[in-house]
Amino acid sequence: MWYVLIGVGILAFGLLAILSRRLLISAIWLALTSALVAVLIYLLGAPHIAVIELSVGAGLVTVLFVFAINIAGEDTQRLNPVIPKPVSIGAVILAIGLGLLLVIRSGGQFQALAIPAEQSAILWQSRYIDLLIQVALIFSGVLGVIGLLAENLKPHQKEEGE
Amino acid sequence: MNLSVPLIVVIIIFCLAGCGLYCLLATRNLIKVIVALQLIIKGAVVAFILAGNVTGQMNTAQSLALTVIVADTIVAVVGLALAVQIRLKTGTLDIKELSTLKR
Repeated sequence: MWYVLIGVGILAFGLLAILSRRLLISAIWLALTSALVAVLIYLLGAPHIAVIELSVGAGLVTVLFVFAINIAGEDTQRLNPVIPKPVSIGAVILAIGLGLLLVIRSGGQFQALAIPAEQSAILWQSRYIDLLIQVALIFSGVLGVIGLLAENLKPHQKEEGE
Repeated sequence: MNLSVPLIVVIIIFCLAGCGLYCLLATRNLIKVIVALQLIIKGAVVAFILAGNVTGQMNTAQSLALTVIVADTIVAVVGLALAVQIRLKTGTLDIKELSTLKR
């Protein structure tokens, strides 16, 4: 029962996030979606990831969105989509249908691929390349924040630089 | 109709991915594109956790989900930085206007 309620909430908030015209409102709906996803992850038995999703997904990313929207300003004018709407909706329904068909045809049978181990052992030994990639990603994130905060050089400053 | 918990969660995952995919196809606003990516990646994180739950390998699933969350956040940061800089340089967030490289 809880799963159905959470699923309906996630779907509703997700739709509101993509359909709202104002970007700020969209970011807030996205944060609520993230909070409900964190609850779902908690119910599925992964409390650590739920906490990280709640703090990062609903907290940090929302703050970044609000910050970026404040700097960039809102584009509230309604732009016509590049792809016609019926084609987009048809493509999405087709993709979801094919995915569900695959899941239902497999009969929900999943096989374990490796021997279960401690989370810390997996993180620090088996998946240490992931950690290296995460370090590289965090550096790119720092560069991204610098890009977010960088002010444009005024034309005369550019000339002086040259 | 009796739905099992994994099936309900699979439907939620597809709904999230579907919302994101539709937004990616339908929107022309750069910041909305990042919102769409966030929705799709949330679906992927839930899929990892569900797979761990069903196969009894929650530790592996949590490690992978952690990696995905970090990557997701960095994608959002870099994407937003790009969007802000594009807005400051071109004055618009419309992806159709970004045709400078074509010329």
